[in-house]
Amino acid sequence: MSVLAYGVVAWLFLVGIYGVVTSRNLIHLVVCVSVAQSATDVLLLEIGYRNGGHAPVFVDLPAHPGPAVDAVMQALALTDVVVGAAVTALLMALAVQVHKRAGTLDPDELRATRE
Amino acid sequence: MSRRARLMFFAVAAAALAVTLGVGLAGLPSFGSQVSAYARMLNEVSGRQRHVTDVVSAITFDYRGIDTLFEEFILLGAVTGISVLLRPLSDETRQLPEDKAPDRGIPPPSPAVWLLAVFLSSLLVLTGLETVTHGTLTPGGGFQGGVILASALYVVYLGTNYRTVERYQPDALLESSDGVGAFGYVFIGLLGLMAGDVFLTNVVGLGVTGNPISGGIIPLLNLTVGLEVAGGFAILASEFLDQTAVIRTKTGPR
Repeated sequence: MSVLAYGVVAWLFLVGIYGVVTSRNLIHLVVCVSVAQSATDVLLLEIGYRNGGHAPVFVDLPAHPGPAVDAVMQALALTDVVVGAAVTALLMALAVQVHKRAGTLDPDELRATRE
Repeated sequence: MSRRARLMFFAVAAAALAVTLGVGLAGLPSFGSQVSAYARMLNEVSGRQRHVTDVVSAITFDYRGIDTLFEEFILLGAVTGISVLLRPLSDETRQLPEDKAPDRGIPPPSPAVWLLAVFLSSLLVLTGLETVTHGTLTPGGGFQGGVILASALYVVYLGTNYRTVERYQPDALLESSDGVGAFGYVFIGLLGLMAGDVFLTNVVGLGVTGNPISGGIIPLLNLTVGLEVAGGFAILASEFLDQTAVIRTKTGPR
């Protein structure tokens, strides 16, 4: 179970970076960056998980059985999501301007226009 | 670097990274076996110390409140950066499609779409406010609620045409809500200093656990963050929509 859980994190990160390396479109590249970034979300939530654990919310409902999962990791994942959204939006804005200036979104052609 | 050379380079680097990641992840405690002592302690004491039922909110806005302050300013910085990047440049002008062809108006959306937008946007505003104000009780809070509130504006755009949105969109209000939200957080933090304690001390009365008004400064911080995120994401949407709908090059298409 551990191998599968943590293997997903490594795979997500590497597949995101592979997408960045081979990308032919800046929008696609930005999406790949957020795929790689989502590996950290998954890792944080997995570190905080506990078998049979419930959400760390203690409302006055019928009693939750068992222990609660790690709330600190959930708070960190929240931070990660917000920063990820900010980074994605900023990169998208850059892609818009690149397309206006260079007329292309292909990173390879960008290099050709500069030379 | 050719594509082939780049892929070879990536393969070597990725293999090294995979090994390093594998060794690092193998050193973690096995999945689902335990949570940290810090988390167990916070789950135990935050209800009594801060009178909240959602421990994630207590951590985000109180125990680790300074992190959230920086996070908020990262978001403010990103929104500011995007406004600067997507401003009309010196060879661009703001022009609606109708300005070029006044005799060919954009057909209004169908009544069904309009009705759905009215219904959905009011529902989104309600859900957003509920999420922002109940952050101390149930999952949710300023960040999540703020995004829901901003999406109400997107639905309004879908249900009408862009000219109407441009005319009635309260740009100044959105921008000031972004700024007021960000600096409101700092101000609430300063209350702690004024009370003679450290920055971001929970100085407001804690209230009764389970009431919407409980947790001291936590619901107040949720409100400021909700304001900031709602304003920020609404500005983001309007900046990107402006690029496609209004901003044109002066010399015609490139």
